[in-house]
Amino acid sequence: MQLYRAHVLVCGGTGCVSSGSKKIQEAIVDELAKQNLDKEIKVVETGCHGFCEMGPIVIVYPEGTFYCQVQVDDIAEIVSEHLVKGRIVQRLLFKAPLTEEQVPSYKDIAFYRKQHRVALRNCGHIDPEHIQEYIARDGYEGLAKALTTMTPQQVIEEMKKSGLRGRGGGGFPTGLKWEFASKSPGPKKYIICNADEGDPGAFMDRSVLEGDPHSVLEGMLIGAYAIGADEGYIYVRAEYPLAIKRLKVAIAQAEELGLLGDNILGTGFSCRLHIKEGAGAFVCGEETALMASIEGSRGMPNPRPPFPAVKGLWEKPSNINNVETYANVPVIFLHGAEKFASMGTENSKGTKVFALTGKLRNTGLAEVPMGISLREIIFDIGGGIMEDKKFKAVQIGGPSGGCIPEEHLDTPVDYDSLIALGAMMGSGGLVVMDETSCMVDVARFFLNFTQKESCGKCTPCREGTKRMLEILQKICDGNGVPEDITTLETLGAVIKNTALCGLGQTAPNPVLATLRYFRHEYEAHINDKKCPAGVCTALLEYKIVAENCKGCGACARVCPVGAITGEKKEPHEIDTSKCIKCGSCIEKCKFNAIVKG
Amino acid sequence: MADNVTLTIDGQKVTVPAGITVLEAARQMGIDIPTFCHDPELSRPGACRICVVEIKGWRNLPPSCVTTVTEGMEVETESEAVVEARRTILDLLLANHPQDCMTCQKFGDCRLADYAYRYGLKKTTFVGEQTNVPVDESSAVITRDVNKCILCGKCVRVCAEIVGRNVVDFVSRGFTTKVSPALELGLGEKEAGCVSCGSCVAVCPVGALTEKNMQGIARPWEVKKVKTTCPYCGCGCNFDLNVKDGKVVGVTSNPTSVVNGRHLCVKGRFGYDFIHSSDRLTRPLIKKGGKDGDFVEVSWDEAIRHVASRLKEIKEKNGSEAIGVLSSARCTNEENYLMNKLARVALGTNNIDHCARL
Repeated sequence: MQLYRAHVLVCGGTGCVSSGSKKIQEAIVDELAKQNLDKEIKVVETGCHGFCEMGPIVIVYPEGTFYCQVQVDDIAEIVSEHLVKGRIVQRLLFKAPLTEEQVPSYKDIAFYRKQHRVALRNCGHIDPEHIQEYIARDGYEGLAKALTTMTPQQVIEEMKKSGLRGRGGGGFPTGLKWEFASKSPGPKKYIICNADEGDPGAFMDRSVLEGDPHSVLEGMLIGAYAIGADEGYIYVRAEYPLAIKRLKVAIAQAEELGLLGDNILGTGFSCRLHIKEGAGAFVCGEETALMASIEGSRGMPNPRPPFPAVKGLWEKPSNINNVETYANVPVIFLHGAEKFASMGTENSKGTKVFALTGKLRNTGLAEVPMGISLREIIFDIGGGIMEDKKFKAVQIGGPSGGCIPEEHLDTPVDYDSLIALGAMMGSGGLVVMDETSCMVDVARFFLNFTQKESCGKCTPCREGTKRMLEILQKICDGNGVPEDITTLETLGAVIKNTALCGLGQTAPNPVLATLRYFRHEYEAHINDKKCPAGVCTALLEYKIVAENCKGCGACARVCPVGAITGEKKEPHEIDTSKCIKCGSCIEKCKFNAIVKG
Repeated sequence: MADNVTLTIDGQKVTVPAGITVLEAARQMGIDIPTFCHDPELSRPGACRICVVEIKGWRNLPPSCVTTVTEGMEVETESEAVVEARRTILDLLLANHPQDCMTCQKFGDCRLADYAYRYGLKKTTFVGEQTNVPVDESSAVITRDVNKCILCGKCVRVCAEIVGRNVVDFVSRGFTTKVSPALELGLGEKEAGCVSCGSCVAVCPVGALTEKNMQGIARPWEVKKVKTTCPYCGCGCNFDLNVKDGKVVGVTSNPTSVVNGRHLCVKGRFGYDFIHSSDRLTRPLIKKGGKDGDFVEVSWDEAIRHVASRLKEIKEKNGSEAIGVLSSARCTNEENYLMNKLARVALGTNNIDHCARL
């Protein structure tokens, strides 16, 4: 085996690819060849590091130097300075947001320091298109252990002992789910992976599939062995072409090595896995809709029971778990259930990957132990709120979740405490909002999403979310009446109580949660015709504060409708009847002379 | 599994066979739970949610049509929460439904109206967008008004599960979801593949799918329903002739039909205009005055005598093989048997065939 004195890891996740990492990689390879270093330094394309905001990311080992926002022009310098002379290129290091201090090592960056990577253990560290790299990191050892030293029942017991709960949102104990499927009689069973990640802003499953596809395959195979399945499907959305490509490569490589297919590891256990590409329906993440879609029908949920474990895909007993759930499984078998169960809280074991988005300084993927507080996630890992604005709320659990205000930020994050707060773990989307976010507008945004993605099958979800959305729109337009709040609450309660599937039953959550914590914002819109955050344009008026206005005329020049007039060096005025509230004037004014409210 | 389970519905203890649904158990007791999407002959989507009930210890209101009875279950079919949910669902359906009941063909036979009446919902409380698409008149026999559709999906299921045509299915998402043929074609367009059997019309609980030829002709309460056997073929399907003022104005399914249930073909359901056609022959005619002569009305006696004597003449002159007999699929088996006897025994020929083979 060829030995190298240094490794240059270039991120090949979708985030970094879109910020140009492919060109960076080519430039490094060319530069190394030019300087005759290609025999001593290896370039590796890895999966996602999670810190996509800082992409393209390049890490140089053995030092673990973390270079961010690297450009093609920087490559020659990295090679000549760092790789030849051993001098770190300071200007490309990550700067801590508050201290502006440069952080040379990966491990010392605040974004990573509090993380504990289990599901993402290999993401960013291995080349996902080389099975040997996965195997070198103990890959497929858990499977080998399960197949050669344990009975399917023992595998299930081990899973139950680990306390792993479904990472797709529901939080159902995985071992119990496997036990149900294993107890269902029948010679034909299916193992299914739900990779139809659809929450706005969530991309943890994509990163696992792109960065470490074998961990998912290994988890599925252990599950298949436990329940007695010989065939499986990975339902992955077609909008994830890189994930699909890497899954295909991974399946082919695993088959070639006898880790997938017939007579796996010579044990007599056989299992084949197929990829089914979804067509972009959010509701296909609901397990019964997902299976209908695999069968070729329109993706619409069906009533349960019968549960998939009894009658699933093609009416055969099936087990369906999410990508992140499967990615955790090999670790449980590699290090034992006790080790896994030592992480997290009493009822929520292990870690959870969150996709941090919104008004945070550091956005990206973060995997943290269960039980960590939201405050730690937002302020330590996320680096706090952008531009030092005030934190207002965090939407957790995607469009089915709810928002949590400042006073509950110290709640430990686990399945049950989030439900108690009117939110949910969901798949792990975490959208942070600051004082400039209007909570009525936020509720409208999420409800608009669920209404558009409703499959249309059951009346409460199809018609009910539409009417709730119309009421929210009315409130944002300044036409709300006090009874609207009662209507939202009663209608929301009926939808939760009567909708067919998880999508409908949780669709009112963003509205109900904002009503619970930010009722005063609704009341301000309805009673005072004001949007306290200054978001709802219909309720805004732009004004020039005469004392601050220097009469420079910048605002008048940028106004697209000629609503601003005034003499030079004299305070200007806005004609509100002409103003279209585009906000261009505020952006242009250097003297903070224009206010909206 | 035990053969029977005992549960309580609306305070009454009842023992029913295990495996049936709460809806079925309630109906056995004479308790009427409203349904839109449920149909005993079709698969159960649990979609419309109007049949929700309250079950003690359950976290939400489950639909009774897909909830299996269990031992000791305590069900309330008209509790406060149930009634509120049903009223809300009806309110939501009415909010996206034209309020033209006065002239709707389904007036008097509409489940949405029946339940709105039952739960005292005079009008919707929601003001908002309504589906507004042109009425599909492309089919010769079915009027399809998507604006009136409540998306119960019975038409989709009857077409797929009973008729086996899969002509319509759900398209689009969210509020814009509707039932449509492929590519949003009109029902009457050839590529839609509709055979105009009208089974979808028979199961539609509202005025979304109606018989075109009955539009504006008769109200449901104005017609007398006369159960009869279809004359078109030997299947023996039954249906109701809808008779108004002594005239057949339409055909509707009669669920008690032993052979066919509610299902008919295009001919049985829609092919009745011949009954009162002015072109219809009501008396036998004989052409008199040679080749260029005219048909003249005669008595049955004369007509039969004429046919018998001509057949005899041909048989004597040219032999039995010169005669061929063509029977009809519209005759009963017995009639066709007699025709066969007539051909082979009386006329002495095996030349007998049947229009269905042509």
